[in-house]
Amino acid sequence: MPKEHANWSPYDNNGGTCVAIAGSDYCVIAADTRMSTGYSILTREYSKICKLADKSFMASSGFQADVKALQKVLSSRHLIYQHQHNKQMSCPAMAQLLSNTLYYKRFFPYYAFNVLGGLDSEGKGCVFTYDAVGSYERVGYSAQGSGATLITPFLDNQLKSPSPLLLPAKDAVTPLSETEAVDLVKTCFASATERDIYTGDSVEIIILNANGVRRETEQLRRD
Amino acid sequence: MFRNQYDTDVTTWSPAGRLFQVEYAMEAVKQGSAAIGLRSKTHAVLACVNKANSELSSHQRKIFKVDDHIGVAIAGLTADGRVLSRYMRSECINYGYTYESPLPVGRLVVQLADKAQVCTQRSWKRPYGVGLLVAGLDESGAHLYYNCPSGNYFEYQAFAIGSRSQAAKTYLERKFESFPESSRDDLIKDALFAIRETLQGEKLTSSVCTVAVVGVGEAFSILDQATVQALINEFEISGEEAPATASVAEEGAGDAAADQGGAAAEEEAAPMDI
Repeated sequence: MPKEHANWSPYDNNGGTCVAIAGSDYCVIAADTRMSTGYSILTREYSKICKLADKSFMASSGFQADVKALQKVLSSRHLIYQHQHNKQMSCPAMAQLLSNTLYYKRFFPYYAFNVLGGLDSEGKGCVFTYDAVGSYERVGYSAQGSGATLITPFLDNQLKSPSPLLLPAKDAVTPLSETEAVDLVKTCFASATERDIYTGDSVEIIILNANGVRRETEQLRRD
Repeated sequence: MFRNQYDTDVTTWSPAGRLFQVEYAMEAVKQGSAAIGLRSKTHAVLACVNKANSELSSHQRKIFKVDDHIGVAIAGLTADGRVLSRYMRSECINYGYTYESPLPVGRLVVQLADKAQVCTQRSWKRPYGVGLLVAGLDESGAHLYYNCPSGNYFEYQAFAIGSRSQAAKTYLERKFESFPESSRDDLIKDALFAIRETLQGEKLTSSVCTVAVVGVGEAFSILDQATVQALINEFEISGEEAPATASVAEEGAGDAAADQGGAAAEEEAAPMDI
């Protein structure tokens, strides 16, 4: 008997692209603000970036309902951590927590493609990139979402992250200055917007460094 | 004091209609070191006396942040207080997760009271040996509640619990009518005065007390020692001696009359606590 198939899916893809770049003393996390379904736009002004801790920001593309649920779970877990440890979670700790949270739903995953960016305990920028079930790696830069295939080769060309297989282990930070990194991110999104229909409207950029957090917005093509 | 045949377990009534185990639990609260709370329309202040067992040990932590808008001061068995604080924090987090808004204080104290009541009606449990002064903020302003081991709770304009709290209560009874309109700083001043009453002659310094505030536009926070000492000096409450410096965290030796349990005071400013 041929297998019956469901007439509905619990998932939807709301599109969008997320990028993060780690510097020696800063981190840039960016995501476009377009939320779509199918060939329609739901809104042009939706933030995919969430502050999980003082030094950890997560940008997630995919199914935004799952993303929202994931953000809430992580925020609550961070509150518990603060009560128990009397301090904020470090970015690497949050990275592990995110991985565990995603794998917890290995057999009904969060349809979320995440990029976690922040500063580690030494003040250096760190970026962690994930798949939907929690496999993760610390890298110098990463892109996720519908425009990732357009952006990643460009970032490879400009930044080329050291391979995690190298010995001795090389630092996963880029040689760019903060302003250069922000400009690079804007260029990435401008290019992705040209060819990816799910990316556009505007890009929200978070810059994290020793002085605190800064937020920038740049308009993108709305077609 | 009460030694008789009806006090063996909490599920036994006395012929006079009393539950002695519950009353004994309330005695434990009276033996703990003092904690006081007071509120105005917009702010609530908690203060407590920290008795360090010796020069070498750290102070008992008796004030806990439960959420941005709620804090609690305890007197009695500190371990029970810690466990109940953890419960309160958990309830606040779960409510915030579900409703994306802060748990109203009135709801929290009812849940606490119901939890305490359970322990007065199970033969395999004992009542919590801790009294809680819950200070919090909600849409109708600042509130102060007292939860006791019996499962009762009351709202107060100002209250004091623990040893020698009657002296503080007397002071508060004289001043409480002015509290609703008090400014934040006056409220803290009154809290410090009330604490001084419980010290009965001992010098009031910031090493001996802890003060915490929550108010409209101000998340619950425990004031650091330097700020408290500055306030004490400003109000000319105590003598000339400089405050003792904060001591290193260590297990404190048991003090017969003071709160039971170990102490763990962190020195650095932290998001959730001292």
